[in-house]
Amino acid sequence: MNPITPIINGLKITLSHLFKKPVTLQYPTERPKVAQRFRGLHALNVSHNKAKCVACYLCPTVCPAKCITVEAGEDANHDKYAAKYEIDMLRCIFCGYCVEACPVDAIKMTGEFELANYRRQDFIYTKERLLEKK
Amino acid sequence: MGIEILGLPMMYYIAMVAKVLVAFIFVLLTVAYATYAERKIIGHMQVRLGPMRTGWHGLLQPIADGVKLFFKEEIVPSQASTFAFLIAPLIALIPAFITFAVIPFGGVIEVAGYKIPLQIASYIDVASGKVYDVNVGVLYILAMSSLGVYGIVLAGWASNSKYSLLGGLRASAQMISYELSAGLAIVSVFMLSGTLSLNEIVTQQSAMGGFGWYVFKQPLAAFMFFICSLAEINRTPFDLPEAETELVSGFCTEYSSMKYAMFFMAEYANMVTVCALTATLFLGGWNGPLTAEVPLLGPVYFVAKVYILMFVCMWIRATLPRYRYDQLMHLGWKVLLPLSLLNIVATGIIGYFIN
Repeated sequence: MNPITPIINGLKITLSHLFKKPVTLQYPTERPKVAQRFRGLHALNVSHNKAKCVACYLCPTVCPAKCITVEAGEDANHDKYAAKYEIDMLRCIFCGYCVEACPVDAIKMTGEFELANYRRQDFIYTKERLLEKK
Repeated sequence: MGIEILGLPMMYYIAMVAKVLVAFIFVLLTVAYATYAERKIIGHMQVRLGPMRTGWHGLLQPIADGVKLFFKEEIVPSQASTFAFLIAPLIALIPAFITFAVIPFGGVIEVAGYKIPLQIASYIDVASGKVYDVNVGVLYILAMSSLGVYGIVLAGWASNSKYSLLGGLRASAQMISYELSAGLAIVSVFMLSGTLSLNEIVTQQSAMGGFGWYVFKQPLAAFMFFICSLAEINRTPFDLPEAETELVSGFCTEYSSMKYAMFFMAEYANMVTVCALTATLFLGGWNGPLTAEVPLLGPVYFVAKVYILMFVCMWIRATLPRYRYDQLMHLGWKVLLPLSLLNIVATGIIGYFIN
């Protein structure tokens, strides 16, 4: 095999790539388009101005990272609701099992992916922070 | 031009200083922006963008890099031999720049009634209209480019570190083996030109409307000279002396700050020099169409040729991985050396029958 042809072929390939459109995304100024089924930050679905969650404990049970803390409470209509609903984002592995397990479609995952923070306690998302933003 | 110093008109000295400054600043700027161009070109060849943030499309990147390197801490290892350690970057850098003294970058231009040949080490005899330059210009360039290896070996030795030493040893072995083939490759050009003066060599290539280039008569020699030059200046695919994966950073492992930058400036300045030399010896130097009518086109053609060759260097870097050490030596001694010797013999035989 002569050693020149592969080099020429390689040079041809690099030259053709020179004229391709770069795939780079200039991140902070250019934003990526998040896929429809992307699993980012969680959000609690709201219906009639309150969270749909009925505190059935299926999501903390199925959670493989054990990052969801739920405490049930009773409201004025004697209905069960989540008095406390916290997700520890430092432990969450964004598997989406909580969404799958939920019988009342109370939790979903959004396209939000910039979850960096300065303090550890800021990574624990309380119910107020998780409620979906309309 | 009344005033004369040492029998030469004042204008001679002014022109000389101007030429030195222009050539030096040209090389310096080219070196700075070669780093930028390289990152951009390789970036786009890898379907990336390269530097984009410093200035418009990253145009201020070389300046930012330079300023950053200036403010880095200057470290001299405690076990290093200080004097050699400090002088090594200078020894690497200076030969890279002084090589430009003999490279003609244009024809004769006339400024205020005084003729100036565009080559630093040259002088025009007004009476006969002949340009005199260093008549062993190519030997001078070969001598200077082999001086460059001292800087690298000294850096490797003075650092007193095993990686640096290995890098330095590799560099010396590589440079010596490839200099041989590079030298022999240009011998065939001398056989055609019959002179070592670069100005003469360029003038001889002005035939056929500025396209009587030696690359058409000596394609093999041009090809081999360019490859050997790449190896001599430690460019990829022959960048073994600073193979990051094996030797950390080779001979410049222990260097920091501006001393480190000087090695890189030397590398890029050597690239400019080698491309300029290849352009001069094989691509007709500053020759091109219409240079006789418009003398200022000469430098334009020359710079264009140098930049095209530098683009080829970067293109090769984006394409080829590094050679293994035994492959490098095999290529140098068993392929390029016999080929260049054969080329000389063939040139001799063909030249004998043609004349």
